Amino acid sequence: MQFLQLVIGGVSQGCIYGLIALGFVLIYKATETVSFAQGELMMLGAFAGLLAMGFWGFPFWVAVLAAMAAMAAVGYVIERAVIQPILGQPAFSVVMLTIGIGYVLRGLVTMIPGIGTDTHTLAVPYKDMGFQWGALMINAEQAVVVGATAALCLVLYLLFKHTKLGIAMQAMSQNQLAAYYMGIPVKRLNSMVWALAAMVAAVAGLLLAPITFVHANMGFIGLKAFPAAVVGGFGSLPGAIVGGLVIGVVESLSGFYLPDGFKDTAAYIVVLIMLMVMPNGLFGETTRKKV
Amino acid sequence: MRFVFKTDYSQDIGLAKHKGHVFWYGLLMLLLVLSPWLLQEYWLAQLTFVLIYSIVGLGLMLLAGFTGLFSIGHAAFLGVGAYTQAVCTQAGMSFVPALVCATGLSAAVGVVVGLPALRVKGIYLGIATLSFGFIVEEVLARWESVTGGNAGIHLKAPDLWGQSVSSAEGFYFLCLFLTVLSTLGVLNLLRSPTGRAFVAIRDSEISAQSMGIHLAYYKTLSFAISAALAGLGGALYGHKMQFISPDQFSVLQSIDLLLMIVVGGLGSVHGAFLGAIFLIVLPQLISLTKDSLPDAIALAPGLQSLVYGSVLIAFVLFEPMGMYGRWLKVRTYFQVFPFYRQGMFKRQKAFQKSDRLR
Repeated sequence: MQFLQLVIGGVSQGCIYGLIALGFVLIYKATETVSFAQGELMMLGAFAGLLAMGFWGFPFWVAVLAAMAAMAAVGYVIERAVIQPILGQPAFSVVMLTIGIGYVLRGLVTMIPGIGTDTHTLAVPYKDMGFQWGALMINAEQAVVVGATAALCLVLYLLFKHTKLGIAMQAMSQNQLAAYYMGIPVKRLNSMVWALAAMVAAVAGLLLAPITFVHANMGFIGLKAFPAAVVGGFGSLPGAIVGGLVIGVVESLSGFYLPDGFKDTAAYIVVLIMLMVMPNGLFGETTRKKV
Repeated sequence: MRFVFKTDYSQDIGLAKHKGHVFWYGLLMLLLVLSPWLLQEYWLAQLTFVLIYSIVGLGLMLLAGFTGLFSIGHAAFLGVGAYTQAVCTQAGMSFVPALVCATGLSAAVGVVVGLPALRVKGIYLGIATLSFGFIVEEVLARWESVTGGNAGIHLKAPDLWGQSVSSAEGFYFLCLFLTVLSTLGVLNLLRSPTGRAFVAIRDSEISAQSMGIHLAYYKTLSFAISAALAGLGGALYGHKMQFISPDQFSVLQSIDLLLMIVVGGLGSVHGAFLGAIFLIVLPQLISLTKDSLPDAIALAPGLQSLVYGSVLIAFVLFEPMGMYGRWLKVRTYFQVFPFYRQGMFKRQKAFQKSDRLR
């Protein structure tokens, strides 16, 4: 029972990792650049939700939608303003650039007078609910995280399978040049991918907010989502979620069964082993370069 | 415009290409040697930090700028060096053997970290080194019997052949000596076959391999040398701080180190030094301007990260060659005056190399 309880906790935490990793993978698939700002986008999303609910008094659902829309706009603007000019430069430039974006976002949030430096709780309607199932205790927060992740995955699946936009994004991620020749507006789609990734990050932030707190440094959890993305294979969307779940469950179990200190490093140990054994991850594809 | 007239083959491999080099670097050396008498104590300490960070920067530059392997966990090597130095000196070793231990252990750890580099590259390597950085930080915090855990550990003043170097000036000269030594070492390495192999690997792994460069060997070597320099820097850092704790070697420090070489100028030895100056001077500049800013901005804890982030974004967007690249442009402008053209340093449109195809 204890084991099951730990697994449930791990799964809900893993869903958060998976959602952030989903953002990395979306961006990586589309532009082959890695965004280190994903955690900060998540933090910003949580703050946007907080602002909408706590200060403007929106009802919960409206606030969620408003935060998502606002973050989509932020993602779009960031891509247009700073990422697009340097696409085509070595991948590492973009990594440094996104680290810079993360720093700036974190710095800016702390400058909002009154709320930037404090820790907040997001008052969600399902706070402190839960249900008992035998000896198993399931928090509403955890259930909502899992449910929302599943729903979001379904939406993304439908988007990529059945809409013109999603299919265009898939084409672009396979071969940008060919997609461009087919009349797909590659540049605009890149921006939209960033918007989508920021939106997913906002959802992750809003889901995480009731569990931890909303504060300027909550974006550091994004660094734990990298292992998730790698374990799943960096180029695979379902892989990101599965990787997140793996990392979450391993972390939760090792926190209980292994000595102190393993909880925080479990994710990194898993990813190092993964890189040595299966560098392409669980769902990654391998293609060799022809010279 | 200067024309270097070559009359001798040894001119090609000489470190100083012409009289101007000799003069300016000689002047720099002279100023550095005289600075304990020219600078106040506070600024001398800052200069010492610049030298220490330059050593670390040289190591990271060798790895990232010249071999093209990016490490997002370099602070871990810094930490390994600093802690080894602390433990060795506490065990009663004198400065030089302890330094050799610190450097050697860092290099050994570097070899271990370099091993995944043989299989993975690009962003995967970044994540592998990032993970390694986290693990080392955690080990430093948890291995309390050796490292003292989160409470940290104290270092005595370095002990050189029975003589304790406790004065700031003495330690400054020690750092200066080691910095000059490592700079000359790196410069020499870069014009040797090994250094050329590093650069070849950076430019194209496949063509380097086709030319008979043993990728595994050279990548591991690059990691080892880079880690050794970081360990050396770490040992000096520990002595200068006199107190080290695991959180000084966190991922933020690693990112600071990366920021240092990117801002300084990737792929140039000068860049490591310019970056180190930048990294040390910027916080001072920020605190100087704090008084003239409104309170909400000046007192925000994120001010420094905001400035760092903006500078980083600005450099990546507008000056990818860093401060050294900007200096090259300025110098060329004056050298060829009035014939400088807009496109002289135009960025080559590099078509992105796909990481997915390996």
